[in-house]
Amino acid sequence: MKKSEFLQALKNKLKGLPKQEVEERINFYSEMIDDRVEEGQSEEQAVLDIGSVDQIAAQIIADIPFSKIAKERVRPKRALGVWEIILLVVGSPIWLSLAVAAFAVILSLYLVLWVIDIALWSVFLSFAVCAVCGVIAGVFLVIFGNKAAGGALCGSGFICAGLTVLIFFGCKAVTVGSVMLTKKIALSIKKSLIKKEKV
Amino acid sequence: MDGQLKRGLLDVCVLAAIKNEDSYGYKIIKDMKPYIEMSESTLYTILKRLELAGMLTVRTSQHDGRLRKYYHITKAGLGRIEDFKDEWREVMSIYAFVTEGDIKK
Repeated sequence: MKKSEFLQALKNKLKGLPKQEVEERINFYSEMIDDRVEEGQSEEQAVLDIGSVDQIAAQIIADIPFSKIAKERVRPKRALGVWEIILLVVGSPIWLSLAVAAFAVILSLYLVLWVIDIALWSVFLSFAVCAVCGVIAGVFLVIFGNKAAGGALCGSGFICAGLTVLIFFGCKAVTVGSVMLTKKIALSIKKSLIKKEKV
Repeated sequence: MDGQLKRGLLDVCVLAAIKNEDSYGYKIIKDMKPYIEMSESTLYTILKRLELAGMLTVRTSQHDGRLRKYYHITKAGLGRIEDFKDEWREVMSIYAFVTEGDIKK
């Protein structure tokens, strides 16, 4: 692949990202290829060394903050006409509330994920408290009161302690999963925003 | 290597590559190659991050009929390298502690 083909392919993949950002990246890779060629590499080899367009584009998309992409998407590609502005304003009670509702639904779906996390950790906490209190209260009972009941309380305290450890690993796995899912969602939203631009 | 650790190391390596004289992208990668491999995309991200953090400045200069970006280390950048040296001394003493038992066995 020639340098110009590589840069064009990369540009195509980055359509929809902020223009200035794309230009800066293209210039960067262009300089990198030129420097390699200057050192005696062939143009094709230099491009090959830089890596595949797909991989580079994917990394760039992952690197650019979400807010920047969203801003670029929201900016209209041409100036709005007077009538369009009037319609937008007049229609705002309808489309604005619909947009807010849609956003709220999506947000609440996402929040549910973390509520599950919080619920699981609460279970973990309550087991931990039961374990500590059970053992302490059990010891007191053995010394000052009913020895059989105290022993039973102590035992259940230890059972809780064991369960606490098990639940901890479960909770941790769920939280790690949630974080990974969040990252994946963010990346796919970014990608879908960029894809829309191509149409 | 652990991702977080590598990220911190790469930052300092890039600063070290421009410590003595201003350098440009391809030369930075070449100079670092014997010690640590880095892709162009990674370098771009690091340079951008260091620039935003005020640890280096960028100037564009004519070279052989085309433009080339040169990176210049700032006082803050030099300070980061010094901090790294101090941190690393601590890490080395921890390493000594961690591996202490290994030798006796």
